Parts: sequence; structure tokens; C-alpha cells
Amino acid sequence: MHATDWLQFALFLGALTLITKPLGLYLLQVLDPAGRTWLDPVLKPLEKLTYKLLGVDPRREQDWKQYTCAMLAFSLAGVVFTYAILRLQGVLPFNPQGLPGLSHHLAFNTAVSFMTNTNWQSYGGESTVSYFSQMVGLTFHNFTSAAAGIGIAAALVRGISNRKTNFQVRSPNAHDGSPNPTNLEVRFTLGNFWADLVRCTYYLLLPICVVFAIFLVSQGMIQNFDPYTKVKTLEGAEQVIAQGPMASQIPIKMLGTNGGGFMNANAAHPFENPTPLSNFFQMLAILAIGSGLTYYLGRMVKNQAHGWAVWAAMMVLFVGAAVTCAHFEAGERVFQLVPETATTEPTSLETRFTLDGNMEGKETRFGTFGSSLFATVTTAASCGAVNAMHDSFTPIGGLVPLFLMQLGEVVIGGVGAGLYGMLVFVVLAVFIAGLMVGRTPEYLGKKIQAKEVKLAMLSLLVLTASILGFTAWACVSDWGVVGLNNAGPHGLSEMLYAYSSTTGNNGSAFAGLTANTPWYNTTLGFAMLIGRFLMIVPVMALAGSFAAKQAAPAGPGTFPVHGATFTILLIGTVLLIGALNFLPALALGPIVEHFLMGKGGLF
Amino acid sequence: MKTLITELRPAILATVVLAAVTCGAYPLLITAIAHTVFKDKAHGSLITGPNGTVIGSALIGQNFTAENHFHPRPSAAGSGYDAASSGGSNLGPTSQKLHDAIRERITAYRTINGLAADAPVPADAVTASASGLDPHISVANAGLQAARVAKVRNLSVEKVKELIAANTERSILGPSVVNVLKVNLDVERVSQPVSPMP
Repeated sequence: MHATDWLQFALFLGALTLITKPLGLYLLQVLDPAGRTWLDPVLKPLEKLTYKLLGVDPRREQDWKQYTCAMLAFSLAGVVFTYAILRLQGVLPFNPQGLPGLSHHLAFNTAVSFMTNTNWQSYGGESTVSYFSQMVGLTFHNFTSAAAGIGIAAALVRGISNRKTNFQVRSPNAHDGSPNPTNLEVRFTLGNFWADLVRCTYYLLLPICVVFAIFLVSQGMIQNFDPYTKVKTLEGAEQVIAQGPMASQIPIKMLGTNGGGFMNANAAHPFENPTPLSNFFQMLAILAIGSGLTYYLGRMVKNQAHGWAVWAAMMVLFVGAAVTCAHFEAGERVFQLVPETATTEPTSLETRFTLDGNMEGKETRFGTFGSSLFATVTTAASCGAVNAMHDSFTPIGGLVPLFLMQLGEVVIGGVGAGLYGMLVFVVLAVFIAGLMVGRTPEYLGKKIQAKEVKLAMLSLLVLTASILGFTAWACVSDWGVVGLNNAGPHGLSEMLYAYSSTTGNNGSAFAGLTANTPWYNTTLGFAMLIGRFLMIVPVMALAGSFAAKQAAPAGPGTFPVHGATFTILLIGTVLLIGALNFLPALALGPIVEHFLMGKGGLF
Repeated sequence: MKTLITELRPAILATVVLAAVTCGAYPLLITAIAHTVFKDKAHGSLITGPNGTVIGSALIGQNFTAENHFHPRPSAAGSGYDAASSGGSNLGPTSQKLHDAIRERITAYRTINGLAADAPVPADAVTASASGLDPHISVANAGLQAARVAKVRNLSVEKVKELIAANTERSILGPSVVNVLKVNLDVERVSQPVSPMP
């Protein structure tokens, strides 16, 4: 890493730190139906109108089952909406290239992919999807899947916190004036899904996107409905330049940690990421809300030190990952030439490459550091946008994004998903600490019992089973192996990366894998559904379970959930569980490839 | 299950209402602002050539093979610099195919630029970019091509290096890079009086 790389890294970390508190405070207002923001004069009427059209009362609190059902119903409606658009693309407007409707398996994969906030690209951007599909079918989920994720995280935080409204007593027969205690219905509530969805979309995502979109156009990003431009190049060749309404889609792609590219090359495409400055702000947008949510957590549970301790654990993992990735991509043994017997081969090649690092699959305007940092950011969060081709990374450089996804994307993480994923680890960390000192574990005064630990473990084990199970299946199947672009251990990495990415709802890829086949599209689609909903349902059950618990005041045996000890314990828990689950598979992929590359092994 | 069904009604309505706002009003607002403030950029930063036709985009790389032009990076987009089919090679570090391709490109680069058989070659000159449309090359790469372009065009190497410097984009957030299409346009412009292009 050069001095300028360290400077960029410092600027990035500084900017992220600075926006965490203001965003957290803003989230506090957005996630409270009675909250106030400076946008109220403009947006309040729209918000009220929306509730009226939906026929919902934003102040009517839901228990965990109602909240989850609302979220599931909304996801179902959205996936049908987008599936229909993709299938019917050929007859819908804004399709100057006359692109036909998508095949059923590709439409299924893509609709699920965007609904689950994954944005895996089996589709090819400019060559497959019309402007209408992009702007309506896909952008819709970019906004709403992000808002729904934030809602789920907020619901869990509300459950953990000691809100008064967690506890509602309602007498079903109150109207007859004889409230019989045995007839009292007690509900433990977590907020209202529709209010969270609408308020996050209107007050948080849309305003930032408007400003961000204008900035991106100023950097050179396109925003038009022109047909693709045909040009005759300076040397007289034909070139067709893809166009489209890109600048309205990219801000939410980043801010909502969606990551689905407008173009096939995603954020590596010069239109989609024109300058180093646009690159910097796109990276910042990916982590912004996730970082702010940790501050929101601190405020809600009235323990700001806890919020910062969780944030610190995330940042330690993040810095470690970014430096590792950047080190290997700037690396010394990249593309080392194999010594041949008749050695007329140039010998200084290695020396030169030592200076430049691994530039295969990278853009010159970002260099190896801008690409490595982006790769770390996009997989620390569940974004999945890429500004370089991860498939061409060095083995360890590629292991970093892969392992970050396998850890559950809890390093800042996807909007909402990162926080609720990390809180699962917090529960486990507190549980492990409790076992070590021999006390009943409690989290912020609420006892952690068998039910909570079971739910936390369930959410983790389902993800592990999906990643390893599907990868194993693909490994031993013709349909799995035929899609590979690289042979040897790198081929295994391609499959492992695909199922880690989809299960983790990330969406980045070792893109050499030809995944647009019925088998891959379908299995990857199911991995995305498992990764989204079999995570959310246990998490919401956990939220409901916490909401029903009375917090006890901290005693001498309480394990503090702030400070360095807690942060280290949390990091240890995340790494330990991740390593235990995935080291064997990683050893057969990137790790063995790393040692083979050192010996000049080629496949 | 009953709750799920009762929630379907607001779910469908929310899909319609939020789609109208986020996929209708919002993109149209952005389009309107973009066209008012940054019309040229919103349409792809297109460049018009000397004879009045559009010859490309300042942001999109295009292929150059003639000896009197600076050459861009190898491209894996379509059959090379296909701006309707972006993408990288996605070949990994232990790929025999990539290894062979790079070795071949190194030899070709040294030959065409008159470099010694063991001269160092900048990595960007022999590796394909992520988008296949990288409009830039590294400053070192442009520098090594300067002598060739100057010789073929009867220009002084200093003049060509001046043009490289004029088309170098600098940022504290990334490496300094040279825009290939722009520098080639400049080279054509200054060399036209001496040797008019057909």
C-alpha cells in the first residue's frame, strides 16, 4: 500500500465515523411514527396520503408475528410484481433495444434476487434488461427491500430495548365494562411494519438518493431514455454505447446495499462509476446506514457505549479485512512467471508487477487499492456491487470478500440485515461469556435462556447449511461443474462464492461462473430465499421473545456489554463461528490455491 | 396464516403506491434535473470528431491498433471494447489461459514499442480491465508508448509527452491516469498540418 492509499483509507474511515452519529440521530426520528424531521413540511402530506391509500394506522403496533406476516406479504406482492414485469418486458414501454422477456428461470432468479436485497446478476444488464425493467421492476426492490431490512432491525432493537409500548394490555370484552383479569390479552409489540417501510423510504432513502444522484451525474453518470448510441470510432470501427436511466438507480443501489448493476460490469463500468470521487462516495453510501444503525441501537437501549462497542467490533474486522485484501492485490507474487527449461524468458516481469500489483479485472482509475477497498466494503455490507472482478483477485485477496460474506455480513453489514445479524452474535457472545463465568447470561438486563440461544443458533446454522449444502451439490453435479470458468481450486471457489453470496444476500460474484442456467438460477434463487427469510423469521421470534422479558437492573454478576472486553469477545465469537463453519471448505479453495500459485501451479 | 392474508391487501396497495413514488416520480425528477444542469453528461459525455460526427464517449474506452495511436488496455468486453456488453475476463491467478495471454501481450508490447526484451512492462498494459471499457491507461504505460507515437507522426517526444500530461487525470483518491481517446484526438490535432490523415 502506497502513502496515497493510506490517505484514502484514513479519509474513508474518518468520513464513516463522522456520519455515524448524525445518521443515527436521524434514524431515531425516522423509525418513530411520531418522529420529526426537517423534511416534514414536504413529506408529511405524502406520508399521510400513503397510509390512507394503504388503509393502515401507523400507530397501531404489531406483535412479532403480525410484523413478520406484513413483511412476508409485502415481499410476496413485490416478487410477483417484478416477475411479471421481467417476463412481459418485450411488450412494456421504455425498451428502445427491443429486448425480449426473460426466461422463466432467469425472471424467477432476478425477481427473488432483488426482493431479497441480494441483487445477484444472472442477468446481463445492458444486454438483457430494458429501461422499464430496470427503473420499475428492479429499482422498486432497491428501495423497499432496504426499507424492510431497516424495519426488521428496528423491530429487533425495539424488542431488546425497554420501551413502554412493548407491552400492551387489551381487554377483548372491555366494552361490556367488566374487565375480567383472566380475559385480558397481553401483546408484546415491536412497531408497525407499514410505518417503518413508508417512513424509511420517504424520509431516509429518497432524499439522500436525490442529492446523491445529482452528484453522480456531475461526475459523468448517464440519465436518459435514448436508444443505444452508435458511433464510428477514431479508427473507423463501429461501437454501440449502452445508455439508460442509470443515475436514478445507482444511489439506491449503494445506499440500500442492493448492488445490482445497471450494466453487466456493475460499478466497474465507466458510466456507473466514472471517477475516483464517485467511487469514494459510493463506498461511503454502502456503509452509511448500517453504521448509523449502531448508534440508533445505543440510543434505543439507553446504552450508547454498547452501540459504540458493537460499532468498534465491526470496524476492527473491517480494517483487518481491507488491509489484508489490499496487501495481496498490491502483491508481490502476482502472475509470477514459471521458470522454463530453455530460459529465454524475461526475468524482470515479476519485478515490474510487484510495483503495479494485480491489475487483471481492475480499472486503472481505481487502482489495486480502490478496488480492494471496494471489494471489502461491498462484502462487509451485503451490497454486492463490484468495481473490479473478484474472480481475478489473488487467492487471498479473493478469500477476504468470500469470508466476510460467510461471517454473515455483520461487519457493518447490509442495511438492517447487518445489525440484526450482529445482534445474533451479541446474544451468543453474552451467552458464551455467561457460561465462562458460570452465571445466567443476560443481555441489557434481559435473561438469555434456552429459547433465545436456540433461535440465534438456528439462524446461523441454516445459513451454513445452505452455503455448504448447495456448494457440495453443485460440486458433484454436471450442471454445477459445466458452468465453471476456471479450473483447479479456483473452480471450487467460484461455486463456494456463488452460494455464499446468494445465501448472504450479497450478490457479488466470482463472475466467471456461467450461472444463467435453469439449475443455477433455481438453486441460487432458493439460497437467496433461505438466506433472507430463514434468517428473518428466527430473528423476529427472538425480537418477540425479548419484548416479553422484563429487564432486571444490572447486578454485580452482570457482564458489561460495552468496553474493550466485550468488543474483543464479540470479534472472537464472530471469527470463531465463521472459522469453524467454513475453514475446511476455504482450505480446499483459496487457501490451497494460494500455496499452489506460490509454486507456479497453473490449471 | 390468517394475518398473512389480511396483510396482503396493504401489501399490494403498498407495492402500487411505492412503485409510483420510487419508480415514477423519483426517476423523472432526476431526469429533469440532470437534463437541466448536466445535459452533456446525462447523455454519455459524447465527443464529436473533426468532421462533425460522434466518434465516441470521453468515458468509454475504444480500441486502437494503429501505430500512430496510443493503445488502450486489452479488453474482454464482447470481442473487445463492445460498449453494449461490458465485462472482464474473470480468469483467476492460476489460470493457464490468462498466464499464456499475458506472456503473449508482454512480448507484443515490447516489440511494437521497441523495448528491450527484458524491459519492465506496466501491469495495466497487459491485463484486461473489469469493464472491458476502461478509458484510461497508466501514466507509465502512456510514457512507454510516447516514443513510438512521436516517431510515426514526426513529432518530438517532448511534444507527445506534453499531450500526455495535458490528458492526465489526477486524484488523491486514485492513481493518475491518461485518457486514451482524448490523448489520441490531441495527437491527431497537432500532427494534422504535418501529415494529414486520410
